[in-house]
Amino acid sequence: MFDKTLAELAEGLRKGEFSSVELTQAYLERIKNEDNRYNSFITVTEEQALEQARAADAAIAAGTAGAFTGLPIAHKDLFCTQGVRTSCGSKMLDNFASPYDATVVAKFKQAGAVMLGKTNMDEFAMGSSNESSFYGAARNPWNTDCVPGGSSGGSGAAVAARLTPAATGSDTGGSIRQPAALCGITGLKPTYGRVSRYGMIAYASSLDQGGPMAHTAEDCAIMLNVMAGFDPMDSTCLNREVPDYTATLNESLAGLKIGLPKEYFSEALDPQIAERVKAAVAEFEKLGATVKEVSLPRTELSIPAYYIIAPAEASSNLSRFDGVRYGYRCENPQDLEDMYKRTRGEGFGAEVKRRIMVGTYALCAGYYDAYYNKAQQIRRLIQQDFIRVLEEVDVIMGPTTPHPAFRIGEKNNDPVSMYMEDIFTLSLNLAGLPGMSVPCGQVNGLPVGLQIIGNYFAEAKLLNVAHQFQQATDWHKQAPAGI
Amino acid sequence: MEWEVVIGLEIHVQLSTTTKIFSGASTAFGAEPNTQACAVDLALPGTLPVFNENALRMAVMFGLAVNAEIGKRSVFERKNYFYPDLPKGYQTTQLAEPIVGAGYVDIETDDGVKRRVRLHHAHLEEDAGKSLHEDFHGMSGIDLNRAGTPLVEIVSEPDMRSSKEAAAYARKIHAIVTTLGICDGNMAEGSMRCDCNVSIRPKGQETLGTRTELKNINSFRFIERAIDTEVARQIDLIEDGGKVVQETRLYDPDKNETRSMRSKEDANDYRYFPCPDLLPVVIDDSYIDAIRATLPELPDARRARFIEEFGLSEYDAGVLSSYRAQADYYEQAVKACGDAKLAANWVMGELAKYLNQSDTDIKDSPISAEQLGGLLVRIKDNTISGNIAKKVFELMWSKGGSADDIIETEGLKQVTDTGAIEKIVDEVIANADKQVEQYKAAEPEKRGKMLGFFMGQVMKATGGKANPGAVTGILKQKLDALCN
Repeated sequence: MFDKTLAELAEGLRKGEFSSVELTQAYLERIKNEDNRYNSFITVTEEQALEQARAADAAIAAGTAGAFTGLPIAHKDLFCTQGVRTSCGSKMLDNFASPYDATVVAKFKQAGAVMLGKTNMDEFAMGSSNESSFYGAARNPWNTDCVPGGSSGGSGAAVAARLTPAATGSDTGGSIRQPAALCGITGLKPTYGRVSRYGMIAYASSLDQGGPMAHTAEDCAIMLNVMAGFDPMDSTCLNREVPDYTATLNESLAGLKIGLPKEYFSEALDPQIAERVKAAVAEFEKLGATVKEVSLPRTELSIPAYYIIAPAEASSNLSRFDGVRYGYRCENPQDLEDMYKRTRGEGFGAEVKRRIMVGTYALCAGYYDAYYNKAQQIRRLIQQDFIRVLEEVDVIMGPTTPHPAFRIGEKNNDPVSMYMEDIFTLSLNLAGLPGMSVPCGQVNGLPVGLQIIGNYFAEAKLLNVAHQFQQATDWHKQAPAGI
Repeated sequence: MEWEVVIGLEIHVQLSTTTKIFSGASTAFGAEPNTQACAVDLALPGTLPVFNENALRMAVMFGLAVNAEIGKRSVFERKNYFYPDLPKGYQTTQLAEPIVGAGYVDIETDDGVKRRVRLHHAHLEEDAGKSLHEDFHGMSGIDLNRAGTPLVEIVSEPDMRSSKEAAAYARKIHAIVTTLGICDGNMAEGSMRCDCNVSIRPKGQETLGTRTELKNINSFRFIERAIDTEVARQIDLIEDGGKVVQETRLYDPDKNETRSMRSKEDANDYRYFPCPDLLPVVIDDSYIDAIRATLPELPDARRARFIEEFGLSEYDAGVLSSYRAQADYYEQAVKACGDAKLAANWVMGELAKYLNQSDTDIKDSPISAEQLGGLLVRIKDNTISGNIAKKVFELMWSKGGSADDIIETEGLKQVTDTGAIEKIVDEVIANADKQVEQYKAAEPEKRGKMLGFFMGQVMKATGGKANPGAVTGILKQKLDALCN
């Protein structure tokens, strides 16, 4: 049962092979027994899940069920969930139960989904390893000494360990795609503005985008059908028709034009990963695609640009965590300044403080032009590079990460080396483009992700491309040893 | 040394939208603390702003009313600082690309000084909440009802040269925003608040002196007094060999003094940057033209029309046009009575007195413009005298009803029947031998003044209802007959 995809589980529910309550109980049981190895959940919402499952079974019996009715999922713990702790992986919000649902959460509720719980993440989504979580690092099910990636590391680990068939994630610089790659699952970062950000606790507002993480492209399509769409509560969410993402999965790839950026296959890339990615591209050629080399010359600049813009926005976004209205407040504040300093000093972890300081510095009078404005200029150039290349090809392919999962603790004292792990993913967020990661092989027993990048609002094309690849290969069906 | 005073004003105007600038919560004044603060206003994690188009429309109206360029593209920025009543830790405001660009207004002081004051720009922003420091046993209370109320901040150039000009400018802005209906103008509730930038320089000097900023002044009278006090302080300071320090000062109306709040060195680095949660606001000519078409007649135009059409003095026209509700009332009264000058006298006189004494807005006047017009008609057609009219007005104010009904039931109708008046005059003359003798003994040219006594007696006898013109004529005729 735990190897089944959402699509298969939906069929099982429809055919009455099992009820949603049975399905939910099985997953809850599995989380209870197994998650001490992965630490992928921060909160398990057993009671609420069973209640939703019962409602789903009633809907199925009454014939009012939709495509998602009764299917279990988990939410990354930065999506606000009414009455349920929404910690964002931080001590700052350890005591915070949101009084409202994020739009994404509300949409899944409406669709009849069953929420199993909230998944672990890097604190405030700042990290590429899940190690900055106040709740401890989540572990990679392929090797529990390794990181699952981040910041949606809990979602990646939970899906890979079959503790949930699917989970939501959010991606600011690769936080869906990188853990998907490192955990051997499929993840999609939609176009900026495709999925509402309302109720998704902001890290860097102009880069954040929620998206699905699951075993297959088909499952991501099923989830995106629920998640995507205009939200009047989010001014950056675009009012644009939402197609049925499952409808075009089976279109032929004959004539598909693939671009391989030469900058993505530099010496910084693990040669074994390069080999797996190239093998995957060869598979697409068999499916009728043509391949050409393209150039994204500013790829390297995406790291400095990102690490100005994201911390700058974060430094402002995280100002609301001041101990005044909700969340952590230090003990016995002496005065206002003491309350601010100790609340934030004690409530935030090291990486969050580092980024707040970097961002504050970058926005200071006198530095603003040199840093923030310059980074925005680079951002536009990076975007132009992509637009130019995407006029020549349908999709861009490359590795999702330069290396497979690294060991927990390995990069703790070297933040810049950690930042370098995001080199292939950051630039998409800067450009606002959609991207996917699909499993395409293994290196030393650890999964490797193929990144597929498409044009604005080309999610259906990306899912179609990924789905066809998954029809021809079975990397996405591989499970970690012992699972 | 002769000093020149240089003043620039920053006026915050609360827009009278029903909901907040970035959320759907109500903006009504005076609710229980924190009952009008929704998830967005509380800056709960994950919440996002959505711009209220009504605030945009009002800001554009203001821009058009002050002859300003309208920003076809305006951008909200974040002004970052920590304060407990600032829930997000930043204020969403505009800086580099405001909605209203450079414009101007023309002002005139009570003593006739005219000046054109240029506006540097005006921008949209959100108000903060309130910190309450009393009644919390050494702690502070936070009320976020006001947080997110839309403001237009109007920044003038340093064009004013006296406290009177500053007050006249503030009054003009008040007249404009209330005429436009974009602000209720209630200064006591903080609907309009003023920061005054004040500096002095030796007369004839080009460069500006160091300025101080006087924060949050909420009445026209305090603007004048605060500036006068601050100017005196700066002059004393410089003439004693000291230097003005650039700082923010607070005006204490009770002590009539200003005191330092914070110096420039303590100023925050606000780390402004464009708000990534809000898109740039882009509008086109047709949007602006549609708003232009809805603009009401503005105070300057109305004032000119009152002079032209009604023959009012500049002063009367200025007073009547400064507040839209008052100007509307006045025009309705004119329509009802057909006498513009009489209406002006009564609206600015008796009505203003009663409104002031009872602290009532003219919009809530218990006497409608039509009622007042009805009263004035009866003055004009000599049914009642001016003095009796005041009595009718008083009854109308306290009990309501039309002038005609009051005149009828109270029996206040003026006596114009000459026969009746003659009879009374004869009685008065018969009972005033002494005064009649004096009258006869007086030189003819001084007799006119002596009529007053007889007039008073006649009025007393008639309860004030005798027509004064008729009484005068008859008295003169009968007394002069006695002299011959």
